[in-house]
Amino acid sequence: MSAPAIVVVGAGPAGVAAACRAAGCGRRVVLLDDNPAPGGQIWRGDRQQRWLARLADSGVEVRCGTTVSGLELPGATTILATGARELFLPFPGWTSPGVTGAGGLQALIKSGFSIAGKRVVVAGSGLLLPAVASLVRKSGGSVVLIAEQTSAMNMAAFAAALLSRPEKLAQSAEAALSLLGVPYFTRCVVESFDGGRVRLRRGNAIFECDTDYLASGFGLVPNTELAALLGCRLLAGAVEVDEFQQTTVAGVYAAGELTGIGGVEKSLVEGEIAGLAAAGAVDEARALFGRSRRARRFSAALNRAFALDGGLRALPRDETLVCRCEDVSHSRLKGLASWRQAKLHTRCGMGPCQGRVCAAAAQFLYGWNDQSPRPPVFPVPAGLLADPGSFEGEPT
Amino acid sequence: MNHSADVVIAGGGIVGAACAYECARAGLSVTVIEGAIIGGGASAAGMGHIVVMDDSEAQFNLTLLSQQLWSERVAEMTDGVEHLPCGTLWVAADEEEMAEVRRKRAFYSQRGVPVEMLDSRQLAEAEPHLRPDLAGGLLVPGDSVVYPPVAARWLLDRCGARVLTGVPIATLDDNGATLEDGSRVSGGVIVNALGAKAARLMPSIPVTPRKGHLVITDRYPGFLRHQLVELGYLKSAHSAGADSIAFNVQPRRTGQVLIGSSRQFGADHKGIDQPILSRMLRRAAEYMPRIGSLIAIRAWTGFRAATPDHLPLIGPMPGASRLWLATGHEGLGVTTALATGRLIADQITGRSSPIDAAPYLPARCIHG
Ligand SMILES: Cc1cc2nc3c(=O)[nH]c(=O)nc-3n(C[C@H](O)[C@H](O)[C@H](O)COP(=O)(O)OP(=O)(O)OC[C@H]3O[C@@H](n4cnc5c(N)ncnc54)[C@H](O)[C@@H]3O)c2cc1C
Ligand SMILES: Cc1cc2nc3c(=O)[nH]c(=O)nc-3n(C[C@H](O)[C@H](O)[C@H](O)COP(=O)(O)OP(=O)(O)OC[C@H]3O[C@@H](n4cnc5c(N)ncnc54)[C@H](O)[C@@H]3O)c2cc1C
Repeated sequence: MSAPAIVVVGAGPAGVAAACRAAGCGRRVVLLDDNPAPGGQIWRGDRQQRWLARLADSGVEVRCGTTVSGLELPGATTILATGARELFLPFPGWTSPGVTGAGGLQALIKSGFSIAGKRVVVAGSGLLLPAVASLVRKSGGSVVLIAEQTSAMNMAAFAAALLSRPEKLAQSAEAALSLLGVPYFTRCVVESFDGGRVRLRRGNAIFECDTDYLASGFGLVPNTELAALLGCRLLAGAVEVDEFQQTTVAGVYAAGELTGIGGVEKSLVEGEIAGLAAAGAVDEARALFGRSRRARRFSAALNRAFALDGGLRALPRDETLVCRCEDVSHSRLKGLASWRQAKLHTRCGMGPCQGRVCAAAAQFLYGWNDQSPRPPVFPVPAGLLADPGSFEGEPT
Repeated sequence: MNHSADVVIAGGGIVGAACAYECARAGLSVTVIEGAIIGGGASAAGMGHIVVMDDSEAQFNLTLLSQQLWSERVAEMTDGVEHLPCGTLWVAADEEEMAEVRRKRAFYSQRGVPVEMLDSRQLAEAEPHLRPDLAGGLLVPGDSVVYPPVAARWLLDRCGARVLTGVPIATLDDNGATLEDGSRVSGGVIVNALGAKAARLMPSIPVTPRKGHLVITDRYPGFLRHQLVELGYLKSAHSAGADSIAFNVQPRRTGQVLIGSSRQFGADHKGIDQPILSRMLRRAAEYMPRIGSLIAIRAWTGFRAATPDHLPLIGPMPGASRLWLATGHEGLGVTTALATGRLIADQITGRSSPIDAAPYLPARCIHG
């Protein structure tokens, strides 16, 4: 009599919330994640976290260390919550030692890397930058400055969308950071990095500073490859869903950063809705629509505020690598018509990372919008490709 | 916008590009029409193994001529063509297949193709990752590997043909092509080089798509030294109608390993067929136990243009006055592209060819 298990892919906030709510409806739930522990980008390994505690008591079958390759549908009912990754934009020196992603440095520090006594320049765009800066400070490093590409005006508009007292919030981020004694520069970008020396442009002014590390990230891009392989339609780089988080493929739901970058609150409420809807608890799901609409408004405001300035397209020089797996430079790509042409004629995106790093950058730099994800979503031993049942959740 | 040229070539795969190259070198004005991306069809999906084959005299002659033309050409080509002169090692699992090795050795030797027979021990030395109990093999050192999309692009850039990309052809007729945007390209000779899609615009030609799967790994320089093909391959490859898989692995110049191969009829969707992919990879692991532990970074499929007698269609279309065919190359179109281009240009200009063109003429199986 038991209905087939609901399979949730991704154990970040969205996937955990989805799994808990579906299990709460009495359904058998399998939660898959490629990391050793649940938690996703922000809660990984955090035992105190309320949702993770709830997960532990939920009866959800958690299978960590499991990569879903996208060769077949993981379950008859599947919830995708594969999150997002950082966007790297190439500038001269971005592949040098000493340069990391912003989230990348955060993850390094969280996993025990010592930043004590080191100088760090944090650059790029988005709310992750101040978060990383404060972690660096807390961990004994010093933040030379934060370079945010967007304007103070865009940030003020963002604040206005959040609160009725925009002036106050507009200043709050800057204020909080300056209290910490960290210069937070808007309209400021890294022009190049060379052996510990960072060259920046702020408005029309150029200046330089020395640093041990440069942490650079330009916001997040949804991990849509798996959804695309399963046939889900994408809209503006995110998975298209209805208000029940149902994708364009029957039985497949999507939640969290995957449906549009919006932070943890959006991931949680979308995850809850997806879990409830997948388990058939339609009314309970509907009761959360107000919260999810608010989260989406926040998301839209966030994306407007930190929209990338077209001037960033001028950062790479001819010889700057865009695809670091296959050593493909800007000059070889700039005349091409599409991502697929770039792949076929230059090998851009054909290396081990399969474009996870360079595809989003190339789309931004060259205005391409074609995607052609191929399985597996993540590299796996060939033997596992031969026998995906052995590592992918639930036969349908 | 309307164009005209001496020769209009429909399709910018490796075959269309090679036809353009030879026609342009013969002094003809050439326009190539590619609906998508140069070299982005089967030419991007295949293995790019340049291999002399012995199924029939006709196939042998075409593949040998082509192999010779490739070795002349690759010397000039850009580095991106990734030419790797790795040779082919035909692997015999047992004594029955060793008999095939001897037959093949005699066939190639009589025709002047250098080959070398390996016993079990020599095979193990040549390819240490093969399982140890294999019977032996036949090494054909002249065979090699290329990356066809870049070769196609090079041929077109080099020959100066006019190349129209991005708008597919809606119809082909005796005078030219009408594109989907309504524009018209007319020519003295129209060559259908549309690969597995050739019959879409000319339904009377006997070309059917035959699907194949491939998997590529991360970089493992030195893991593999030759293109390895099991000798059961021919048996399975030509069992028309049935799906088949074979051990067929290739070293890439990048150090990656390309794992094949499969053949299916009647499968018309591009997606991965998991049962076929599984069989193919298990077969590879039977021959090379360690291959299962290599990291696979991508799997994909492609379509070969198959004809009933496994020979390509090269020459005038019976019943038409100016339509020509250059398609139906099945699993050998990268190898045979350059000879195809030569035969097409020779026939159009009335030149004599290095080999007899008769076995490939469409008139053998199409009756106008
Ligand atoms: C590098 C980085 C750092 C961040 N730091 C912060 C921060 O400090 N503060 C903050 O508020 N927000 C941060 N975020 C934003 C964060 O993404 C969200 O706040 C929140 O974690 C989103 O939850 P989610 O469930 O949608 O996705 P995620 O938390 O990203 O969870 C998705 C999970 O799915 C797994 N997964 C993906 N594909 C597969 C697959 N094919 N098979 C198996 N598992 C798969 C991933 O490994 C991951 O564990 C960060 C994001 C990134 C990318
Ligand atoms: C899995 C696999 C492995 C293979 N391995 C090998 C190998 O090792 N060695 C070997 O020699 N061969 C191999 N082959 C075969 C080889 O790849 C093909 O025979 C060869 O690429 C055919 O080239 P083509 O130019 O005829 O076709 P394609 O490369 O398919 O070119 C046809 C072109 O026509 C275009 N087109 C189609 N319709 C239209 C239209 N309406 N308007 C405009 N343009 C259009 C397409 O976009 C395409 O670019 C393999 C094939 C497969 C599938």
